Amino acid sequence: MAAVSTRNIVKKFGEVSAINGISLEVPNSEFMVLLGPSGCGKTTFLRIICGLEQQTSGDLLIGGDIVNEIPPRARGVAMMFQSYGLYPHFSVRHNIAFPLRTQRVPSAEINKKVAWASQLLGIDHMLDRRPRQLSGGERQRVALARALVREPTALLLDEPLSNLDAKLRSSARQEIKQFQQRVGVTTSYVTHDQVEAMGMGDRIAVIDRGQVRQVGTPSQIYDDPADRFVATFVGAPPMNIVARSGGYLGFRPENFLPKDMIKDAAFTEFKFRVDRSEYLGSERIVYGVLEGFDSKQVITAKLPPAHVADEWIRPGEWHPFAVRDSALRRFDNDGKRTSRH
Amino acid sequence: MVAIADSVPKPTARFRFILDRRDVFGSIMVAPAILYVLLLVGVPFLMAVYYSLSAYTIYDPSWRFVGISNFVDVVENPVFRQTLYNTFIFTFGSQFLGLILGKFGALLLLRPFRGRKIVRALVILPWAVPIALATVAWEWMFDSLYSVINWALIALGIVTRSAAPNWLGTPHLAMLSVIVVNAWRFFPFAIVIFLAGITAVPQDVLDAATVDGAGFWRRNYQIIMPMILPIVAIGLVFGIVFTFTDLSIVFLMTMGGPVGATSVLGFAGFQTGINSGDVAHGAAISLFMLPVLLVVVVAMLRFIRRREI
Amino acid sequence: MSRATVTKAMQETSFYGAVAFFLVLAAFPFYWMVITSFKTNGDLYSVTHVPFWFNDPPTLEHFRYLFDKTLFTTWLLNSLIIGLCVTAITLVTALPGAYSLARMAGRNGEALGIGIFLTYLVPPTLLFLPLSRVIAGLGLQNSIWSLVVVYPTFTIPFCTWLLMGFFKALPVEIEEAAIVDGCSLFGAFIKMAIPLSLPGILNVVIFTFTLTLQEFVYALTFISASDQKPITLGVATDLIRGDIFYWGEIMAGALIASIPVAVAYNLFLDRFISGITGGAVK
Repeated sequence: MAAVSTRNIVKKFGEVSAINGISLEVPNSEFMVLLGPSGCGKTTFLRIICGLEQQTSGDLLIGGDIVNEIPPRARGVAMMFQSYGLYPHFSVRHNIAFPLRTQRVPSAEINKKVAWASQLLGIDHMLDRRPRQLSGGERQRVALARALVREPTALLLDEPLSNLDAKLRSSARQEIKQFQQRVGVTTSYVTHDQVEAMGMGDRIAVIDRGQVRQVGTPSQIYDDPADRFVATFVGAPPMNIVARSGGYLGFRPENFLPKDMIKDAAFTEFKFRVDRSEYLGSERIVYGVLEGFDSKQVITAKLPPAHVADEWIRPGEWHPFAVRDSALRRFDNDGKRTSRH
Repeated sequence: MVAIADSVPKPTARFRFILDRRDVFGSIMVAPAILYVLLLVGVPFLMAVYYSLSAYTIYDPSWRFVGISNFVDVVENPVFRQTLYNTFIFTFGSQFLGLILGKFGALLLLRPFRGRKIVRALVILPWAVPIALATVAWEWMFDSLYSVINWALIALGIVTRSAAPNWLGTPHLAMLSVIVVNAWRFFPFAIVIFLAGITAVPQDVLDAATVDGAGFWRRNYQIIMPMILPIVAIGLVFGIVFTFTDLSIVFLMTMGGPVGATSVLGFAGFQTGINSGDVAHGAAISLFMLPVLLVVVVAMLRFIRRREI
Repeated sequence: MSRATVTKAMQETSFYGAVAFFLVLAAFPFYWMVITSFKTNGDLYSVTHVPFWFNDPPTLEHFRYLFDKTLFTTWLLNSLIIGLCVTAITLVTALPGAYSLARMAGRNGEALGIGIFLTYLVPPTLLFLPLSRVIAGLGLQNSIWSLVVVYPTFTIPFCTWLLMGFFKALPVEIEEAAIVDGCSLFGAFIKMAIPLSLPGILNVVIFTFTLTLQEFVYALTFISASDQKPITLGVATDLIRGDIFYWGEIMAGALIASIPVAVAYNLFLDRFISGITGGAVK
């Protein structure tokens, strides 16, 4: 029995369809990431699971029970908001205790649970402070403690890292993932950042314009994209897609290498004119165009460290480049993946 | 595989949580306010309209419908025409004066200087203090015998004691006096509105203008003025509505006199409808305020909407 | 002295001159109010005395007369009762109303809010006629309770508008977090929205109170019995015996009644302005 299960959820705002039928199962203890660009409906979907929005049609089950008409507080969910949503006029202790007080849990029990949650997150020494006295990372931990203290069936997170600066983001990512693995709570995590998604998710649901394009593990999403959208959304720089013989051909920049680097497998060759290159220290990104294809389309190649210092890739020159056949992906005219060869 | 609890949602769930529905809850919360306003503003408004079309007086509370004859009576009365004219002069004279004073006052108070806080507190007084009390002070200042203004004029040699103006007893002077008092009451509000508007203009817009070569006056009239027009318009709506319908100043200072020279719509409505008990005609007089109010409010709202930056 | 210094000095002088002009313009009547309250009648009613300062020593006789021989304290009490009751009624109606409108999805909330606010602009000098019949029908004529019933007609619209602004500024996330954590919608309102808007609510309370003190038209219309008059009406109309105005007492009464309102306005001015202009000023 999945912890969270949705069946053909549709959400319309007036005439506009924000969600076009999403059916998703999140098994117990899984860390499922909902990944997609802004406006794709992922946050709306999360809020529907939470109960802050009501779906237009479709069923939502949490812990096996249909919860369509039930308000958030009776669903067994906990949510962490983008700006954490901590109660500014309460102490940290009161923030964490609040979900229990609303359920009229006896105070001895409340104190025990608050102690447990705050210890788990290492914030038991700041229980009497106010949110405004805490750093960003500390606030995140308080928000997690508050979400955890009710032992929810599902934990929902809405882009919690987007307000942090780049440095803090990776350590915060670590903390959340480790926390989830330790506690084992079923988690749905919304983000537009594919690095976060790939780094944290057990499985990723890629969403675009209100529909799920693909659900899979990070490696399935990366290596086996179901369509052009998934293929280009995940991976930076994005996969190169060129039109070829009634469909499309795709290859990732790190697989697009100078021909003489590929000695071990069958490959397809391209003539590549380099226009610009960026030296990033650990890699070199090269931009250019392919001979025989649309001359206005920019193709990227990502060269590994061994070739980074090479000066022979000079702008304006044509070079033979190639892609291993096993790394080529074909798409039909609608964008869906076809068989590999 | 079908989940175990894949059943019809229990009916009790729907009612148990009815107050959690935003729409139900929202309507309940806003109901008292809307009800109060409907009952004590909406209904009386309709009653006023009905009175104006009936022959209702407090001695003969009849609901007999008489069409627009009340309005005809009122309009044919030359005193009423004087009243209507007075109301316009009163309103637009005081608003204009108040706006000018307000604009310059705001410019003065823009930049910090020593004692600015105290000056601001004192300058706000005319608007902050209840209208009736401030008016009474002016009444005393204009007193026919002991006016301090006259004393000053006499002391400066501008007039002699025998020729000292009787501010509240001479028709044109009386109108001037009520206009001055109203402008005096309004200009602090105008200062506050202008200040709020000017300080809201983003500094980078002003900097860009300076870099582009705009001097003080051009910045003022071509950049700042257009940008603060919406907020000044709001202030003006308030000012016009409250001045056009006011009766306090006239009631306390001149009782509409001398000989109706300062009678305004609000005052006339009061005299006829309350003092004389002729509710029907009083209502008709009061309703003359409506067209002007509607035009002002609608025009201003349109203007604001269009100019939303 | 250089040309620049001279010009600067001239600019400064004209600046301070202008400031002084505005100061005198605004504040002189109040100076006049103050000084009249403390002058003896002999000093007041004389055409030869210089009026700008005391010729006879200042006196408290007017204040004493006010408190001993007139209904001044009754009027103060009336205004206090009216103020408290009207503020209470206004809060109970406007707080939930404003919250509901602020959180209402879509343009409806905005439109309804503006609609309610526009009723603030319906003039008392139009409504007082029918309202006087309603009040008479309720048997409340000549009583302070008529004002308690009628004053909310303008305090509710205005305060709903002000409060809407304050509630809109509150981040929705906090209330949503409370809802997910177990509060009902009403619980989120009481436990989150209200405590976090207390400064705004305080502002509104003070402002409502001053609105009731300022009002004159309805008071004049509904009340003629001297002992039922609120302070503003009493001071302005009741300190006259026959044809004679007791100016000393009137000014003294006006002074006492004006001070709290003036103080309140000064303290809360900035908040109030941002409340009114919230929509127009981005």
